[in-house]
Amino acid sequence: MRPILMKGHERPLTFLRYNRDGDLLFSCAKDHTPNVWFADNGDRLGTYRGHNGAVWTCDVSRDSSRLITASADQTVKLWDVQSGAELFTFRFDAPARSVEFSIGDGLAVITTDNFMENVPTVQVKRIADDPDDQSEESLLVIVGIRGRITRAVWGPLNKTIITAGEDATIRIWDTETGTCLRQSDPEQGHQKAISSLSKSADWSHFLTGSLDKSAKLWDTRTLTLIKTYVTERPVNAVDISPLLDHVVIGGGQDAMNVTMTDRRAGKFEAKFFHKILQEEIGGVKGHFGPINALAFNPDGRSFSSGGEDGYTAFEKRPKVLG
Amino acid sequence: MALEIPMQGIDARARELGIDLSSVDLDSINLPAGEDFGIPSDDEDLLRDEDPMELEMGFANVVVVDNLPVVPPEKFDKLENVIRKIYSQIGVIKEGGLWMPINQETKKTYGYCFIEYNTPQEAELAREKTNGYKLDKSHIFAVNMFDDFDKYMKVPDEWMPAEIKPYTPGENLQKWLADEKARDQFVIRAGTVTEVYWNDARQKMPELVFQKQYWTDSFIQWSPLGTYLATVHRQGSQVWGGDDKFERLMRFAHPQVKLIDFSPGEKYLVTYSSHEPSNPRDTHRVVLNISDVRTGKVMRDFKGNADEFTPSGNISVSGVSWPIFRWGGGKDDKYFARLGKNVISVYETETFSLLDKKSLKIENVVDFCWSPTDPIIALFVPELGGGNQPARVSLVQIPGKEELRQKNLFSVSDCKMYWQNSGEYLAVQVDRYTKTKKSTYTGFELFRIKERDIPIEVFELDNKNDKIIAFAWEPKGHRFAVIHGDGPKPDISFYSMRTANNISRVSKLTTLKGKQANALFWSPGGRFIVFAGLKGFNGQLEFYNVDELETMATGEHFMATDIMWDPTGRYLASAVTSVHEMENGFQIWSFSGKQLYKVSKDHFYQFMWRPRPPSLLTPEKEDEIAKNLRKYSKKYEQEDQDAFNQLSEQERKRRKQLQEEWEGWVAKWKQLHEEERPYRIELRDGEASDDEEEYDTKEVEVEEVVHVQEEEVPFDLDQE
Repeated sequence: MRPILMKGHERPLTFLRYNRDGDLLFSCAKDHTPNVWFADNGDRLGTYRGHNGAVWTCDVSRDSSRLITASADQTVKLWDVQSGAELFTFRFDAPARSVEFSIGDGLAVITTDNFMENVPTVQVKRIADDPDDQSEESLLVIVGIRGRITRAVWGPLNKTIITAGEDATIRIWDTETGTCLRQSDPEQGHQKAISSLSKSADWSHFLTGSLDKSAKLWDTRTLTLIKTYVTERPVNAVDISPLLDHVVIGGGQDAMNVTMTDRRAGKFEAKFFHKILQEEIGGVKGHFGPINALAFNPDGRSFSSGGEDGYTAFEKRPKVLG
Repeated sequence: MALEIPMQGIDARARELGIDLSSVDLDSINLPAGEDFGIPSDDEDLLRDEDPMELEMGFANVVVVDNLPVVPPEKFDKLENVIRKIYSQIGVIKEGGLWMPINQETKKTYGYCFIEYNTPQEAELAREKTNGYKLDKSHIFAVNMFDDFDKYMKVPDEWMPAEIKPYTPGENLQKWLADEKARDQFVIRAGTVTEVYWNDARQKMPELVFQKQYWTDSFIQWSPLGTYLATVHRQGSQVWGGDDKFERLMRFAHPQVKLIDFSPGEKYLVTYSSHEPSNPRDTHRVVLNISDVRTGKVMRDFKGNADEFTPSGNISVSGVSWPIFRWGGGKDDKYFARLGKNVISVYETETFSLLDKKSLKIENVVDFCWSPTDPIIALFVPELGGGNQPARVSLVQIPGKEELRQKNLFSVSDCKMYWQNSGEYLAVQVDRYTKTKKSTYTGFELFRIKERDIPIEVFELDNKNDKIIAFAWEPKGHRFAVIHGDGPKPDISFYSMRTANNISRVSKLTTLKGKQANALFWSPGGRFIVFAGLKGFNGQLEFYNVDELETMATGEHFMATDIMWDPTGRYLASAVTSVHEMENGFQIWSFSGKQLYKVSKDHFYQFMWRPRPPSLLTPEKEDEIAKNLRKYSKKYEQEDQDAFNQLSEQERKRRKQLQEEWEGWVAKWKQLHEEERPYRIELRDGEASDDEEEYDTKEVEVEEVVHVQEEEVPFDLDQE
């Protein structure tokens, strides 16, 4: 089955997100404008203009009414999904990297990069129902992590926050006190910077991808390592199938080295592994740059990939592999 | 070696440290016996001991010249000038470095002198070059290194019987050949680790035999029959052997050894090093040692300037074209030869000296190679005098040095020689200029060595303007394959040295058009061949059966740089070595092109199958086995099946276990998830649905009419 290629970004893709119903796909890229697409045919529905820098990540509320985006222009913006109107802007002293709504969409966790003299932070903001009541005040600020924090996501019942970053360490934080509860074992854990983190549909486990050419599956509560998937390339993006026992892993070499080799040398394919057996079961080619973003449709029957090449490939998988 | 320190010194030191010497009883200090005070030093490596310590005494650059004329003072200056003249040709004599002592009583010289050079290398060279130099009839120089005198003085006057070490039986070095599963070994080097594996194709993975970090400083090499594995170090080379333990068998001291080479019968090891000259204008000095592998004894050493060992002036990066010495006469290791200026020097291993005490004089010879089985040298002399004297290829028999066959060739630009591995045929690939001299075309001269008078056949491709990309003889066979053509998709042709009626003529078997290949790899047993598109061709592989003239399979090992058949021709390894940054590792294929397994290794440097000695069976016996193959193969088929069943059983169990573990884990989690459910609903302001409940897996059968066509079927009553 041929993928549907969606060309809407002029710069490399950074992040992909489906809404809960699986009918909309939100894409972020290093150009300043996130897009929203129809998930079933790849038509572009609209854009969200207002950022002045690369947009790193986004999240959409459960009812698909709000979009939140984190950008290198040192802001996080809230948008009205339907109208594309900018509702609110959180300002920071450093580029915002990661953002995610909590269960119930009442909170958002945001990470900021180490920039100039600023240390990287994890911040929790309250998201008001009415944008007019929205405040910039942080409920919680976590500092003390060295190196950029690539992802921060909520744990079960919003009681914890899970962070992963360039120091190759995964940490679980208490959202009440801001203390670090658990930390990944340096022996078992990743050896190089963690590039991506993705939770399973029921939030029981999550998958991290790292430049050490592996992806690892962890228990969300205990942070025990469950599985490791080894590939030949640095991993930039990962996701877990909500339907089958599959995980998808994408990557390639560093963007700066890509032009030095031919397209196939980079092996820019999304690789499928069996989640339990840890065996590679297939691959989907299509990109001519490293894959930066991967997302499964919540129905588990299709997935999208976003590449350094600026394309979003959207693949239907009617055939059940394995 | 007692070090004497004056007592005052000790007193002073003691005062400094605030020790009252009178309270110390020096006799109460018991130093352990022995020079090293009983502290073993880890430097006591045999190699290091043998390492000539440069500048150890400060006299390493001094030579002593003996047997000079004894002269009165009036002739002193004259003699000194003569000596200076001789010795400054070899190197720079230090200022005041020439000293000829004079007997105070007779006022005459003693008949010897000392010469000091700037470097030990120059001194060494001077000793080599002038020892035995005839000044006149009664004065033949005896030159020695100053440091050597000590050594010779120490020789005891009385003969002592050598200590005989008790015999300890060594490991059976051929045990690996008796592997129960008849597997082959290979060695890989990745990062700093060197590992030896069994290729266990049945289990579809390699089985580790031996592993060692920092085993070698630069590379590793199997000996040609697989008995030894050689490692290369700063101080020399070492060989290891055995089945699974790889104990050190021998060390070969050779400082800064760069290259090594075994003789075909692995009796001898050639080691090579090249050294920076002290004067940058000079060429590198090279040292070659030929050692007996089993005793470790250096049988012959060669020293000299790099250009003496690189004829025709093509000095490559490493300094020489390796191997310098090429071994001839098959596996008996009887002869070795090297190319010199206008000569080929053939040595024999009985005495390690030149055969008949002189080299083979051949004007302008540029290349030669030995028959792999017989003591026959094929050599090539290019055109001379602008075409007046034709180029020629000739076959020379050793030790008789008689020319067996010769062929003159005209307008030759280049020439390559390929021996078939059982020495039956020699193909000479000749690139000739066209009449305009602007381009070249290629033809072959095929020699049938084993036939009477060695007939030569001229052979050209259908399109003789095609560029030849690769040529390869079928091992043990009579066929050869050629890749020819231009552009990214050349053709591959197969030829046989025999025709159907057994007339000795070359006949074409087939041509395969447009193959993405640039290298040919015949199976060691013949019959099968792999064409590979290496490097720029991205690693395309095609497995071809030449008996049936059909492709068995195609495969791809992306970016593959090396292809190696195992010695039995059952398996093929393809590897991406660290010339590429990515994709490093190797894959194992069956002879028929089925990919069996692959292993990824970062910084992958070397893959080498362990060679096997030739079969001990006679050709008749081999034929008999081939005839009754079915009988023999039954046993192995059964074993294969058992292994396969066992494997799939194991695999099934493993999978089941993994699945169960996972399910247990998920179940536990589900329970927690359920317990948390009310809290989640609360967080969502009473919205009840949880994600996972929305998706029920249902199997739905859908019938779809793909295509409907009406067709008239003639109804005929006559029809049955």
